[in-house]
Amino acid sequence: MNRPNPLFRNLTSKLAASPMIFIVLVVFIGSTAWTVASSFTSIKTLPIFTPQEFYDNWVGWDQYVRLWNTPRWITSITNLAIYGVLFTGFAFIIGFLLAVLMDQKIRAEGVFRTIYLYPFALSFIVTGKVWAWILNPAFGLEKTVRDLGWTSFSFDWLTNRDMSIYTVVIAGLWQGSGLVMALMLAGLRGIDDEIWRASRVDGIPKWRTYLQIVIPMMRPVMITIFVIVASGSVRVYDLVLALTQGGPGNSSQVPSMYIYEKLFVGALAQGTAASSVLLLATAIILIPWIVVEFGKKSRV
Amino acid sequence: MAMSSATAINPSGAKPKPLLAPGRALIYALLIVTSIYYLIPLYVMIITSLKDLDQIREGNIFIPTLNPTFAPWIKAWSSACTGLNCTGLAPGFLNSVFITIPSVIVSIAVASVSGYSLANWPFKLAEWCFTILLVGSFIPYQVFLYPLVIITREMGIYSTLYAVIFVHTVFGLPILTLLFRNYFASLPEELFKAARVDGAGYWRIFFQIMVPMSLPIFTVAVILQVTGIWNDFLFGVIYAGPTNYPMTVQLNNIVNSLQGVKEYNVEMAATILTGLVPLTIYFLSGKYFVRGIAAGAVKG
Amino acid sequence: MSSVFVKDLTLKFGSAKVLDQLNLDIAEGEFLVLLGASGCGKSTLLNCIAGLLDITEGEIHINGKNVTWAEPSDRGIGMVFQSYALYPQMTVEGNMTFGLRIAGMEKAEIEKRVARAAEILQIGPLLQRKPGALSGGQRQRVAIGRALVREANVFLFDEPLSNLDAKLRADLRVEIKRLHVRLKNTMIYVTHDQIEAMTLADRIAVMKSGLIQQLDTPQEIYNRPQNKYVAGFIGSPEINFFEGAVDGEHFATRGIQIPLTGYRFNGARTSGPAWFGIRPEHIFSGDAARHLPFSVEVTVELVEPMGSDTLAWTSVADVPIRFRMDGQAAVKHGDRILVGFDPTRASLFDKQSEKRL
Repeated sequence: MNRPNPLFRNLTSKLAASPMIFIVLVVFIGSTAWTVASSFTSIKTLPIFTPQEFYDNWVGWDQYVRLWNTPRWITSITNLAIYGVLFTGFAFIIGFLLAVLMDQKIRAEGVFRTIYLYPFALSFIVTGKVWAWILNPAFGLEKTVRDLGWTSFSFDWLTNRDMSIYTVVIAGLWQGSGLVMALMLAGLRGIDDEIWRASRVDGIPKWRTYLQIVIPMMRPVMITIFVIVASGSVRVYDLVLALTQGGPGNSSQVPSMYIYEKLFVGALAQGTAASSVLLLATAIILIPWIVVEFGKKSRV
Repeated sequence: MAMSSATAINPSGAKPKPLLAPGRALIYALLIVTSIYYLIPLYVMIITSLKDLDQIREGNIFIPTLNPTFAPWIKAWSSACTGLNCTGLAPGFLNSVFITIPSVIVSIAVASVSGYSLANWPFKLAEWCFTILLVGSFIPYQVFLYPLVIITREMGIYSTLYAVIFVHTVFGLPILTLLFRNYFASLPEELFKAARVDGAGYWRIFFQIMVPMSLPIFTVAVILQVTGIWNDFLFGVIYAGPTNYPMTVQLNNIVNSLQGVKEYNVEMAATILTGLVPLTIYFLSGKYFVRGIAAGAVKG
Repeated sequence: MSSVFVKDLTLKFGSAKVLDQLNLDIAEGEFLVLLGASGCGKSTLLNCIAGLLDITEGEIHINGKNVTWAEPSDRGIGMVFQSYALYPQMTVEGNMTFGLRIAGMEKAEIEKRVARAAEILQIGPLLQRKPGALSGGQRQRVAIGRALVREANVFLFDEPLSNLDAKLRADLRVEIKRLHVRLKNTMIYVTHDQIEAMTLADRIAVMKSGLIQQLDTPQEIYNRPQNKYVAGFIGSPEINFFEGAVDGEHFATRGIQIPLTGYRFNGARTSGPAWFGIRPEHIFSGDAARHLPFSVEVTVELVEPMGSDTLAWTSVADVPIRFRMDGQAAVKHGDRILVGFDPTRASLFDKQSEKRL
């Protein structure tokens, strides 16, 4: 009897899943390959596809050299580092503390959670606009505090070259820490109730239980949250656009803005080089997560 | 053994608890203070949008006006200037609707079917693609920006609604497929096996068994997608074409208008209008919203 | 002096009474088992005694001290949980000493206690391992060790063997009994498994719906259950019940009269509608049945051979009953056989109140 061709087995499923397969192969794999490859060429406005074209336009590491010699790029990378570290760090701390508070069997827990999470439902543009207004030196925070009597109070971060990136941190935290809280709370709730009872019988005060027992137990959850938050912060764009437009000047530029410009105003290779750098940064962030995941599998 | 001292309190029954122990009071105080911080921007948005320009100039950002007016709202909706046109946000609202609804439908359709294939009718290629999909969801979207322009141009849909729908489907695929796959995998296998024994095939099982049992997860997916797509800025700008710019793009352009005077009240009204749809969904769906985030994030 | 004394303990959640006016007087060194099905309140009662749940009414005294409002760590108790609740990121030694270190105990004293517990429980070689690297049985011993080092007077066990497989359960059961013999501490043990209860307890408190149905030694509970629920709960396979009426001398049901000579009534001989309960292992067959006060010839309907015994099903007065036979007995469906029992081993329960007559 003829063995049916394995290609036709499960045909309906294969056809049904073909959009996903197409997208993965063409978009995800194809684009990544194209972007990384193009970063080694000298293309400016016209994309290239054939191996011959790539060979003809190959320039090796030139684009990257140029990239790292561009002050604007350095500024944007520095800003990203500042934003990434501060945003991730504070989001973790605020999110965790709020989650611990919420874990204390609060009445009206739903109300509080709704309040902490609603900013996450807003667009980054909305967030940027409203915080631009609040931090506006002429009308916002600075004016209010001065009116209250502290006439020398100044909060001109929005228009201050050195401080403009920090306003992005503030706005980002307002929007994102509620999410971290929700995720941390889910993790806290996963801790077996018997552990709490055991620590009570042992006479261990609550804060120590959180510090020395619960947090170590939450390590996998925390790593997941870290990966999500950190990798999300790498892509920050809309928020900066709406809040500071990258300014004043270029002081609050971020890599995604730099890339967008380069890609669409005739410096394709530069843009792809910068994108590849971001890709590398993300890969580095993913490393602790991958280690944990593979560690789990090998232990089994 | 008799109680030694007759005058000592004999603890009996329920432990006496002051209505609000100091520890609990502190917890509630902290929660309330942080809630205020989260609510202030919303508060500021609302009161600013109800003032006229004189009240903004002379008044204080945190103090509401005694003579509220809806004029800024009307202006924001119908006559504010965004870029070159002065037709308000109304066209943008329509565009957002035309972008969001099809995108939600297509992205969920593709993802749910893909998740179904992965959970119930798996094959090797699909599983590899799924893994790549998950890894790919961490790749900064900047890597895909230009290639997607190329791809949509080749498909003949660049700068149209179809392009932005395609892009949203692509970027929604990882998390939605994960969501659906995990959910379908958690349904009792006996149901599926019984249906196969009865002779039902791929599509019949999907529509007559899987979908009816999956209303909760579809709800979560819809909420996630509507919120994410409505709030999107960048993809709308790049792929939809100028006649189809969503509301977020118009909102961003309101400030960068050519008019001389910055009309903060109109800006804030526009901000609220833009945020109204996702906020309403958020407040109405509460638990599903949180479940969606937690499911996508923690499992990823 | 009683070790644990519970008086009129009541626990309400809102308007629902979960525990109702419970009284317990546990002697020092006694092993008391709280036995019951899920939801009967046994774990709740244990948690109240431990101080993990606040009670609504009543008092709790441990070792003469009124601990009704005291924190769990101040009650002089050690507790072992169903899922061991070991702190996963600490070593075994860390788990055992964490509470003591927090309390500021001297290092020398801590080491002494750990050494003693390790010796008793044979966990010395495990001290530096983490819970993840231990087997279920080892984890449970460490959990017991953590309670031991507190040198408490009273040990509380919350279904500690339920998470283990049958073989391990049997092994650890013996170890716990040996532990009790060696340490002579008061132990309160919660379980739903009647075999654990019967083998470990000095006394058993059978619980249902937040009330103690009977508090007695295992023998008494087995031989003289005080209500129908206890009779049905204890004993495997389950007791056989007949519905009928007592008239002082006999129990009558559907044309059958069972003489009650020798039956020890709780109070005066009574009459009225009643339940008659007789255990399968107290029903004898063949020659052994011939001289018993009551016997009847029946047809065997079903046979369940179990190796050591054989369980046979039949009907008496249209009521399906089981009786036990020797595993080697040659009996099959359809056989006519004589069965009989001694009514003094039976239990009578009032039809209405279900209390023992």
